[in-house]
Amino acid sequence: MSNPEEPVLVVKNLRKQFGSGCTNCLDLKEESLEGNYCPVCQTVYACRDISLELYPGEILGVVGESGSGKSTLMRCLYFDEAVTAGQGYIKDYKDGQKNIFTETSQQKRYIRNHVLGMVYQNPYQGLRMGFSSIGNIAEKLIAAGNRNVGYMTDRAAGLLEKVNIPIYRMLEAPGKFSGGMQQRVQIAKALSNNPPILFLDEVTTGLDLSVQAAVLDLIKIIQRELAISMLVVSHDLSVIRMLSERTIVMLGGKIIEQGLTDQILEDPQHPYTQQLVQSLL
Amino acid sequence: MDKVIRVVGLTKQFELHQLNKKITACYDINFSLEEGQFLGITGKSGSGKSTILRCIYRTYLTRTGQIWYKSGAYGLIDLAQASERQIIHLRQKEVGYVSQFLNVMPRITARELVELAVLEMGYDLNYAKKEAIQMLAHFELDKELWDMYPNTFSGGEKLRLNIARAMVKKTRLLLLDEPTASLDNESKKRVKEVLEKLKAQGTTMLGIFHDLEFMEGICDKQFNMQAGKLVA
Ligand SMILES: Nc1ncnc2c1ncn2[C@@H]1O[C@H](COP(=O)(O)OP(=O)(O)OP(=O)(O)O)[C@@H](O)[C@H]1O
Ligand SMILES: Nc1ncnc2c1ncn2[C@@H]1O[C@H](COP(=O)(O)OP(=O)(O)OP(=O)(O)O)[C@@H](O)[C@H]1O
Ligand SMILES: [Mg+2]
Ligand SMILES: [Mg+2]
Ligand SMILES: [Zn+2]
Repeated sequence: MSNPEEPVLVVKNLRKQFGSGCTNCLDLKEESLEGNYCPVCQTVYACRDISLELYPGEILGVVGESGSGKSTLMRCLYFDEAVTAGQGYIKDYKDGQKNIFTETSQQKRYIRNHVLGMVYQNPYQGLRMGFSSIGNIAEKLIAAGNRNVGYMTDRAAGLLEKVNIPIYRMLEAPGKFSGGMQQRVQIAKALSNNPPILFLDEVTTGLDLSVQAAVLDLIKIIQRELAISMLVVSHDLSVIRMLSERTIVMLGGKIIEQGLTDQILEDPQHPYTQQLVQSLL
Repeated sequence: MDKVIRVVGLTKQFELHQLNKKITACYDINFSLEEGQFLGITGKSGSGKSTILRCIYRTYLTRTGQIWYKSGAYGLIDLAQASERQIIHLRQKEVGYVSQFLNVMPRITARELVELAVLEMGYDLNYAKKEAIQMLAHFELDKELWDMYPNTFSGGEKLRLNIARAMVKKTRLLLLDEPTASLDNESKKRVKEVLEKLKAQGTTMLGIFHDLEFMEGICDKQFNMQAGKLVA
């Protein structure tokens, strides 16, 4: 009999609010909010008690309309934003025994640099557009403690080759690249420290269809060859359909449905998911 | 003999919120199969045949009834209640599904597709390569196509590839949703040969087929669906 699988990432009741809340919205009751928003004190509850598990080697899809809290969730997990409440546990960090959200900022930096990779919705957040592509990757490697310039250059070149950035362009700044190339440099950068967990936020949004396809292929190849676990956020169900076996659906900061991706597509339960799937067909 | 699958009181209702409508696709389905048995399901269009297979495969959620499956990995498990990760594992290693439609990553070659299916079972690459070649050859897929992307294939070529990919795994349980519906007779015969071989090796199968002749000789049980109900 096979052992129960251990998740690489466990998130419990992650809450992120912008604003201090008031007596009206304190208990987050549906009737006191308008979606994720408190009309009395203007607090936005971007993530309302999100719980999820990410398993070894899997791509977990997160879909939802604009403003549903997808990017906020990712930014909280990558410590770009401080959570309001909740717990997170990572198997490769202190054996999953410590809530990462209550660790010191130094420890959080360690986790970011050694255990996590992030590809931002907006490449300007993930890359220094004035540095060369190699320099961008070296920056992440230095943050993870590398000092050997020869190794870092080789590693950066190898990764850029893997994401199909031609060798003769590696010294160029990504500011001059197309959107698809920028996303590929971001992916190379995120992979540089061999993270067991990768976060991808709308990697293909805004790209031409053929460029989208190439980026999606790349993600699939990375999954097959490196067995990295990924959380992939997209408002586009067809991206999720292509990449993930399990999917979470978010609306107004909450998870309203989760399941096997084919089940979400063929037998959606929640009215919002049914509408979303309808619009795909 | 031990049952490989036992379906108890399976009812599937779809609730379509926008239309404010409920559709009962199948109602109080009961049956069981032993190892190596083949159940043929017939019935009019819309009678609920595919729904049963899709509930077993968990593409559809089952809220009423149980689907007991004797798994190699988990022992006796209710597929209606199993965790998503358990289902993913079972789909990789124990339960196969073939439909009329090929649904794959667009940029993966035919050969890789079949190899991957074998690799998922946990075999090594050499074995996977060998098995893939055998299956592609068996279904007479033109050698020139092996290293091409299936999105340019003809309907029949896609279908044969789809069947090859599902059958190469030799899963314990195989669900067949009219895989041969639009195949020529020669291809159908090829499919039947593999089904006979799989059956002899102990694969338990549920199959929906339009033409009854095709199932002759393999079918141990036959059910007819009428308006969501099984009638023997
Ligand atoms: N810094 C902030 N201050 C106040 N509100 C914020 C802030 N960041 C995000 N929000 C709000 O949080 C909610 C979730 O935003 P988020 O960016 O996570 O959505 P999203 O699901 O990623 O949307 P999209 O698909 O458009 O990228 C929105 O209502 C947004 O206005
Ligand atoms: N995903 C779904 N959402 C809503 N209704 C569905 C869904 N799948 C099936 N149904 C409905 O359930 C009923 C049974 O459908 P099913 O696909 O099981 O029939 P079938 O016997 O396989 O028909 P066919 O021979 O045409 O394939 C039909 O009325 C169908 O419209
Ligand atoms: Mg976003
Ligand atoms: Mg059908
Ligand atoms: Zn308030």
